[in-house]
Amino acid sequence: MAEILLSLVVVIPLAASVILFLSAGRLSGFLIGAIACGAISLSAIFSAILAGLLHSQLSPSLHVFFWEWMRTADFSTGIGFTLDPLSLVMILIVTWVGLLIHLYATRYMAGDPGLARFFGCMTLFVASMLLLVLSSDLLCMFIGWEGVGLCSYLLIGFWYTEPANLAAARKAFIITRVGDAAMLCGLLLLATEASSLQVDTLLQTVTAAKISQSALTFSTLLILVGTLAKSAQLPFQSWLPDAMAGPTPTSALIHAATMVTAGIYLIARLHVLFTATPLVLTIMAVVGTLTLFLAACNALVQSDLKRILAWSTVSQLGYMFLALGTGLWQVALFHLMTHAFFKALLFLCAGAIITRVHHEQDIFRMGGLFRTMPGIALAFLAGATSLAGFPLLTAGFYSKELILSSVWNASFFLAPDLILSGHVFWVVALAGAFLTSLYISRCFLLVFMGKAKTHESGQTPLLMAIPLGCLSFLALFGGMMEMPDALAHVHLFTEMVDPAHALPSADEPLWLLLVGGGIPVLGALLAWIFWGQRNPVLHETSDEPAPPQTSQPVPILAACLLPLFRIPSWLGRYDFPARLSKGVSILINGMNTFALQFRACIFMNVSHQTLMTLRQGNLLMAYTQNGRVRWYAAWIAGGLCASLALAGLT
Amino acid sequence: MNALPALVCVPLAGASIIWLTDRLPATRRSGPWAITLMTLTLELLLLLWASFQGTSHQGPWLNHFSIPWVPPLGIVFRLDMDGLSLSMLWLTILLSLACVLLTTRHIRDSSGTFHALLLATISGTVGTFLATDLFLFFFFWELMLVPVFFLLCGWGHENRYRAAIKFFLFTQGSGLLMLLSILGLVIINFQETGILTFDYFVLANTPLSPLLSMLLMLGFFIPFAVKLPVVPVHVWLPDTHTQAPTAGSVILAGILLKTGGYGMIRFNLMLFPEAVERFAPYATLLGLIGILYGAWLACAQSDIKRLIAYSSISHLGFVMLGIFSVSPVGLQGAIIQMLAHGLSTGGLFIIAGAIQDRLHTRDIVTIGGLWESMPRLSSVGLFFAIASLGIPGLGNFAGEFLVLFATWSVSPFIAILATGGLILASVYSLKLVNGVFLAPSSSRAEPVSDFHAGQMSILGILMTLLVILGLYPQPIMTFSLPSPATITTSNSGKNAS
Amino acid sequence: MTVFSLNETLLLAVLLFVVGLAGILVRRNLLFMLMSLDIMLNAAALVFVAAGAKWHDASGQVMFLMILALAAVETAVGLAVILRLHASGRPTLDADSGNLLRG
Repeated sequence: MAEILLSLVVVIPLAASVILFLSAGRLSGFLIGAIACGAISLSAIFSAILAGLLHSQLSPSLHVFFWEWMRTADFSTGIGFTLDPLSLVMILIVTWVGLLIHLYATRYMAGDPGLARFFGCMTLFVASMLLLVLSSDLLCMFIGWEGVGLCSYLLIGFWYTEPANLAAARKAFIITRVGDAAMLCGLLLLATEASSLQVDTLLQTVTAAKISQSALTFSTLLILVGTLAKSAQLPFQSWLPDAMAGPTPTSALIHAATMVTAGIYLIARLHVLFTATPLVLTIMAVVGTLTLFLAACNALVQSDLKRILAWSTVSQLGYMFLALGTGLWQVALFHLMTHAFFKALLFLCAGAIITRVHHEQDIFRMGGLFRTMPGIALAFLAGATSLAGFPLLTAGFYSKELILSSVWNASFFLAPDLILSGHVFWVVALAGAFLTSLYISRCFLLVFMGKAKTHESGQTPLLMAIPLGCLSFLALFGGMMEMPDALAHVHLFTEMVDPAHALPSADEPLWLLLVGGGIPVLGALLAWIFWGQRNPVLHETSDEPAPPQTSQPVPILAACLLPLFRIPSWLGRYDFPARLSKGVSILINGMNTFALQFRACIFMNVSHQTLMTLRQGNLLMAYTQNGRVRWYAAWIAGGLCASLALAGLT
Repeated sequence: MNALPALVCVPLAGASIIWLTDRLPATRRSGPWAITLMTLTLELLLLLWASFQGTSHQGPWLNHFSIPWVPPLGIVFRLDMDGLSLSMLWLTILLSLACVLLTTRHIRDSSGTFHALLLATISGTVGTFLATDLFLFFFFWELMLVPVFFLLCGWGHENRYRAAIKFFLFTQGSGLLMLLSILGLVIINFQETGILTFDYFVLANTPLSPLLSMLLMLGFFIPFAVKLPVVPVHVWLPDTHTQAPTAGSVILAGILLKTGGYGMIRFNLMLFPEAVERFAPYATLLGLIGILYGAWLACAQSDIKRLIAYSSISHLGFVMLGIFSVSPVGLQGAIIQMLAHGLSTGGLFIIAGAIQDRLHTRDIVTIGGLWESMPRLSSVGLFFAIASLGIPGLGNFAGEFLVLFATWSVSPFIAILATGGLILASVYSLKLVNGVFLAPSSSRAEPVSDFHAGQMSILGILMTLLVILGLYPQPIMTFSLPSPATITTSNSGKNAS
Repeated sequence: MTVFSLNETLLLAVLLFVVGLAGILVRRNLLFMLMSLDIMLNAAALVFVAAGAKWHDASGQVMFLMILALAAVETAVGLAVILRLHASGRPTLDADSGNLLRG
């Protein structure tokens, strides 16, 4: 029973996507939406039932094995599913958030000629994501891993008449593909060493220390590269902001709530491997920290609403990687869940705003929208405060607080006698939290407060409002299931995810909690000082390179606080990692052109020279055949003499 | 009653019927096409019969047929079938059926000759996959090439003569090397044992000095490498594929290239295992170069067919890598990769041909936005493009993974570099998809027709096969391993002695 | 009657041959070339005769008769060709002008 349900969870969205693709253009818009939403809701209901079953059953996990994929003498891989608390949390997030976003999309995308294609890709995405989450075998998971990348490509380039969208889609796919190739190498290494990619077997092999430490380090490092690319972390971060070219529901589902968190999920699933390689954990934490800070700086200088949210996603994923780097994967997963709630909410709000202001995405051309769309503004406020981590009231607070406290207590291994204290990371993470609050408050104040600059029309339909309401509720109260010890002794989430290993009850000082809660409020206050008053201190324009002007009489308080904005915004404006990667790509391009020309020259020359030599030889030969009798006679005589001479001499 | 000689002869018979009836005015219009279709259907039935016919004898060889041909020289008309040949035959027949159904019907000028040549090629290919007498093998090898030359000359595109000459010189020149090698092997065997024979199973036991076996192995290797193609001798392929008529491209890419891989497995690996062992590092390197170089050049093309042709070079580099990893896993991977490449690249060439028929251009830059006008063609094209890009779950990935896995245990470094080919594969495949199917649509006056349901169902079969190959390759993996040359069929023992 | 030694005869033959060869190489007139050819043939025939006389073998003289016949035939064919050429309106006997396959 449970096994059938488990396979149906994946099969139903897949079937829906096949139906939608095959029916291309022959179904009415309503039917398309109904099929897609129906499939996802069935999937969601089944996963809820499964949650109940798993909870009531004594066994901690559920295994389904379908068939053997490839088997050779010393390696075998199969297609099968495992449902354990970890994957249960993920499928609940994917299906339920996915369902809300699908509902929203039926109205958002209504009337688009490519509706069937859109929902076909979306349901295919959900199916691949569920496959990724549920697979019991890493190679089988790789199917889902690439499948979500493909759907992401198709959806970013959904409006394909715009060349920029296509370029963004291609960029996203190719950058993540680089990571995938690294990951494939990691899998190959693991497969060779452990002769299986079955997750359980792998974990047992590693616990029994049957794999050499160097092989393990290399394979985890390679897998880490794959996850970094998928989750848009530092060297690979540049695809995610461009990916916002896709329809907004896509951005909400794929590029905020689920696909980009696949990397986090994978590392959480393989945490035994990663905890066995402390150096990789440290690398992970460093990359996460750098990313969370730099991406927050970037978000501070964007003028496009969706790009702000995209950079914010990168930054929040950085938090998750930092949490994974401490080795406490439950913490990362908790933040993953709350992030899925509030970021999906923010994107859906952004979509609702954008449709109502006639596809204007520039926050400097909006303003005063609070009066005309209070509902959306409140929903956005719920998401924004949750993202910033406003204390007590929001889900984001609890998860971020958990990350901060675990980072404070953690220590990072560099070399046998060199251990890095977590305090450094904590400081940067705190600065990131401050910036998060600053940029999202800036965004809120510019969009909803101040003077109205744009003409707004229409009404947000009910089908779009319901998901916003549900997600607002989750973004505010979804975090209550896990609280710091200082507040209340609630650890529902971590106990559910991993009953065997409860979080180490950290005896954190109370001031840590206070600082963690106070920083976002400070950030919001600062944002209010800069942008919130009737005459804002900072006048920004949508031209990104120009630094913002200050209003002439600068209040003293604001003048003192200005560097708090100036420095990070300078960092964001001179986006160093992006410049670096652009430099690398220019270099590659140059080399490519050079090599192509070099090759062309060589080949042209060689073939030309060969041709010329042949032609010369040909002419020479032709010259001897001139048809003159006397010429031939002379040759005969000469040949005779020569052969006589030769015979005589020898 | 034996299906093997019938398998070889039926296409030839079909070809001669077409040749004869071509004079009659009644069959001018689509008579040759219909006869070809009937011949191939008959061939399909024969193959079904051959597949499910219980083997009468023990051993890994499924079927056997032999009659003396030129007794004084020990030449026998000998055909044997094992899992490898059978899977290649299925690929051949299915792909040529799809190709004939989809692409050759509209051919109007001397359609009879065209179809006769096509059938002759198919017959040669079938013979190549079955022959176990070296002389017979060479005969079929040549039979396969000559009709392709005429197909190219007669029905190709703008630069056809140059391409045809290039193709002919490369394949014919290298074929002569193989003839030399065959004669060398036979003569050595004659000197050693006093038996003059061209029999594969007898010659497999010829004692050879290391130097000689290396030389003979290279003599076999070079023609197969030209056919596969391996990088330094690949130059004929892009031109030929680009200039060939659609059916020619499909047959060439889908089937004829596989004879190279098949020959490497059947002849190099089985006849000279020890020389192959020594040669393997260099061959692996060649394979790696092929993967990266082919993919890199594919990224730089703007002609659809040329792009696909270069991508073939890259994919077949994996085949080479798998074969010369000299392990069962690599071999299985190479076979899966050959089958998957046949299906996906064949499909891509069908798509490219359909586009050229409709728009009269192959330039990626001028084509664009086909999704709007031809959603079916575009979605099929997208499917084949992502298959050739190596999305897991489709056939190509299964092959590539097995090959990489086998290579990894030989040399992780080469395997890592080969995965670079996968990244480049995504670059060129997406270039194709972005440029042709997506992109803003170029303004076109004439309306174009999409694939109709019948064509879609044929392509659907190809796609389903790719999915099956990708998700459940295990039966084919266990089934299609080549049978060792040392174990002969029971009734071949008395024949050879 | 003076008896010539073989060496002297051979010397004469070589001289004759060289004269003939030079004639062929140098002269462009077809008639003169035919004559030079005959001289070369006769030089060869002379060697046969001398050898026959030296070893008292009749086959030398037989060969001489054959060469004589050959020379006659060759001259006849050559002259016929020249006549044909002349008849087809060729104004010259220059051998070098006939190096193209066009009439």
